[in-house]
Amino acid sequence: MRRALALAAILVAVAALLYAPQVLSRYGNFVLASWLVIAIAAMGVNLIMGYAGQESLAQAGFMGIGAYITAHMLKGGSLAFDLFWIYPVVLTWTPFSMFSAIAASALATFLMGILIAFPSLRVQKHYLAFVTLAFTVFLWLVFRNEEWLTGGVFGIQDIKRPSVFGFEMSPSRRHYANFTYFVIAMTAIAAFVMWWIVHSPWGRAFTALRENALRAESLGIDVTGYKLLAFAIGSAYGGIAGSLYAPLVEFIDPSPFALAPSLLFLLMIVVGGMGSLAGPFIGAAVAVVLPLFIEKWQSELVANGFAIFSHFSYVIIFSILVITTIAIAPRGLAGLFADLTKPRRRPHSDDKGARLGEVKS
Amino acid sequence: MTAPSTPSPRPAVATPDGRPQRVVLDVRDVAKSFGGVHAVRGVSFDVREGEILGLIGPNGSGKSTLFNCILGQLVPDRGSVTVDGHDVTGKRPSALNRLGIGRTFQLLQVFPELSVRENLILAGQEHKGTRLARLFGPSDAGLTPDANRMIDFFRLGHLADEKAGGLSYGQQKLLDCAMAFMAGPRLVLLDEPAGGVNLTMLENLKERLHAINAETGATFVVIEHNMEFVMSLCSRICVLAEGEIIAEGSPAEVRSDPKVIEAYLGH
Amino acid sequence: MTDFVQLIISGLATGAIYALAAIGFTLLWQTSQTINFAQGEFVMLPAFFALAGMTALGLPFSLAALFAVACSLAVLGFAFKFLIVDPLIGQKGTLPLVISTIAVALLLKDGAKEFYSAEGQRFPTILPNDVVAIFGLKISLDQIGVLVIAVATIALLQWFLAGTRTGRQMQATAQNPTVARILGVNVERMILLTFLINAGLAAIASLLISPIYLVKFSNGEVLGLTAFVAAIVGGFNQVRGAIAGGLLVGVLDNLAAAYVSSRYRLAVPLLLLVVIILFRPQGLLGRKEERSV
Repeated sequence: MRRALALAAILVAVAALLYAPQVLSRYGNFVLASWLVIAIAAMGVNLIMGYAGQESLAQAGFMGIGAYITAHMLKGGSLAFDLFWIYPVVLTWTPFSMFSAIAASALATFLMGILIAFPSLRVQKHYLAFVTLAFTVFLWLVFRNEEWLTGGVFGIQDIKRPSVFGFEMSPSRRHYANFTYFVIAMTAIAAFVMWWIVHSPWGRAFTALRENALRAESLGIDVTGYKLLAFAIGSAYGGIAGSLYAPLVEFIDPSPFALAPSLLFLLMIVVGGMGSLAGPFIGAAVAVVLPLFIEKWQSELVANGFAIFSHFSYVIIFSILVITTIAIAPRGLAGLFADLTKPRRRPHSDDKGARLGEVKS
Repeated sequence: MTAPSTPSPRPAVATPDGRPQRVVLDVRDVAKSFGGVHAVRGVSFDVREGEILGLIGPNGSGKSTLFNCILGQLVPDRGSVTVDGHDVTGKRPSALNRLGIGRTFQLLQVFPELSVRENLILAGQEHKGTRLARLFGPSDAGLTPDANRMIDFFRLGHLADEKAGGLSYGQQKLLDCAMAFMAGPRLVLLDEPAGGVNLTMLENLKERLHAINAETGATFVVIEHNMEFVMSLCSRICVLAEGEIIAEGSPAEVRSDPKVIEAYLGH
Repeated sequence: MTDFVQLIISGLATGAIYALAAIGFTLLWQTSQTINFAQGEFVMLPAFFALAGMTALGLPFSLAALFAVACSLAVLGFAFKFLIVDPLIGQKGTLPLVISTIAVALLLKDGAKEFYSAEGQRFPTILPNDVVAIFGLKISLDQIGVLVIAVATIALLQWFLAGTRTGRQMQATAQNPTVARILGVNVERMILLTFLINAGLAAIASLLISPIYLVKFSNGEVLGLTAFVAAIVGGFNQVRGAIAGGLLVGVLDNLAAAYVSSRYRLAVPLLLLVVIILFRPQGLLGRKEERSV
């Protein structure tokens, strides 16, 4: 029964999602696409943290790598030709320019993930958190300083959305919904791959190493190897998200790829629900939609004389939300929902316990 | 009820002292100290194919340290540990597992959020094909039949889909044992399997261990405090006291050895 | 050459401040397995308390400084422990606490920005800033003052840890809480004490560093980073390591500011962290960890 309800809910959600781009305004499409892009990155963090139990403070940095690579590949120009020498070959095949950008971003961030996780996994557990912290800050410094590569503080402007399979995706009146559909498609693929990984023996190994790394090792699970895999895959999701982010906002500068946004990803996952497939979507929704609501409420409250509320920024509210969520609902909003809809357990007939000579305590 | 597959038992070839010929575990002069404390001082013994060896001794005799040295949780200061000719001294636990060595834990370490069946599949999946192949293969790595057989063998059938965290202590112990055997190991080390288990369950556990030993020919080493359990389970006993072996032999021989009696009474 | 030595000395001065932050961080980790990702913000905030004391309450600086310390003990000590850390006892692993302290970091940072100011603020100091010449080196008195205060604080702490009964109990708790409890140590009180000590150390660090750099809500990021790097570089499991790490980071940071491009100054402690983790993960003064049993 519960299964049927869940399936029905998913179908309704999917239908709504497919219809939405048609009815939403350009801004509405933008918000919808932003939510999905952030959700992809959040999925990556969810894999690293919720399933494999590691801490990554670098997801925004990986998004940045994906975004800058994609910006270069979509804009062309001499730097892109110098850096990505295969680019001219792919450019002639314009329907694939977006896909090759996504692929390049994913590959680059996957390898980068392995590179930075490898040394830190051999040592104490929490070192990965600090290394990713250092990595994010370092990346941000590079983004900000190396103007020849990233445009420095000014960033890269005018990133045009390419056409895919003949469909124009520019933000013009006729076409802005197309890009949203493209993002929906990419998100669906990403979600499916994540679902597959999590339900495969790999997913079981990730869960094991999160719950009890010692025992997992004694069962032959190569704990370090799986941690690396989880981290690399999760980081690649960040790269893919960044790759979609660049054409979405059409202009990138270093600020969204700094430390604080990375931290926000962690918070998102906690609110949404770690280790669940819906969690990243819920968390991303909170992160993208909450600021909009807060702005509205704030102006209303302040207009009514509650001036103090003008100081409660989105970050403050979000942080308090996270702190309370961890304490009272450790499995996040997704977990709460699952608990509410769980069928009541039928008590077991315990004569079977007598067969083993054990009285169930 | 047949046990899941493992290396098929060969008829044991006996040596003059009545023990099988093939040495599965060979511990030579293993020693380990912590600071000034010599927990294990140069211990040597071997375990032959199909034997069930009991490692006993009063508290502080160094049993656990020795055990952990064999298992790769601790690196011995000197000496060697060889399994079926492979030198495993100081190797990591995952490497030992891949060489066909299983173990159970004194402090229960099943995976509480996974079901009983999932726990068993987990215990066997790393031995099935390559890691990449497992990603693209079926979700259970093809191990459901083996897991079911193990569930039947240890009589956990009605709990197969329960979360392991919800099982009673004794049931978790059985699961722990079953997990150690999932990968068809040639050598299993059991760390205080009888701890905290009630009498009836203990009989059941002992009987199942005998059964799996007989059917698969796997070799066991058991650390235990429970004398009754150890004496009736094991074919051979090693007694440790103050980091050294003071007696070795059949249960009857060891039970009547004056040195052993003194070691236990003297404490 | 004299420039170099001067840089080293001023580096030692700031390094001593970093050491204070790193010591508190290490103590928290040792005693209660708390990784406080908000440590940088803990060093940022007390200065704001002092500023608030001066502007809102009209206190003179010396009283405002005491006010800041008191607020720190209350907020960063008591409130932090009871509201943030305690509710999470019983949750598996350290991940929930890590996330929570990350949330606290963001909360404190944005809180300072929203409730005080987004602009950098100047911070007064009681130390004189005359420059004296010693052995031909020009050293400013406030740097010496900072060193003296920081060293005195550390010395006081060391005396407390090694020379008093409570301090030894704290050390026992840090090394092995289970055994400490069996030996009759009130572990809960020791842990609370650690939180209070951390809050105090952070407050002192804040008061010392704020005259040097402007007080700004965003300082926490860099301060936190330096505290983490210092703690890890020194060897995460020892107070001495935190001191060594802090001094090293301070000196390197100062040298980097002078000799390396200022745009990549922040990269130097990061590089140090990576080098240490790659080649000496137990830190400069740490012990190599045995495999866990």
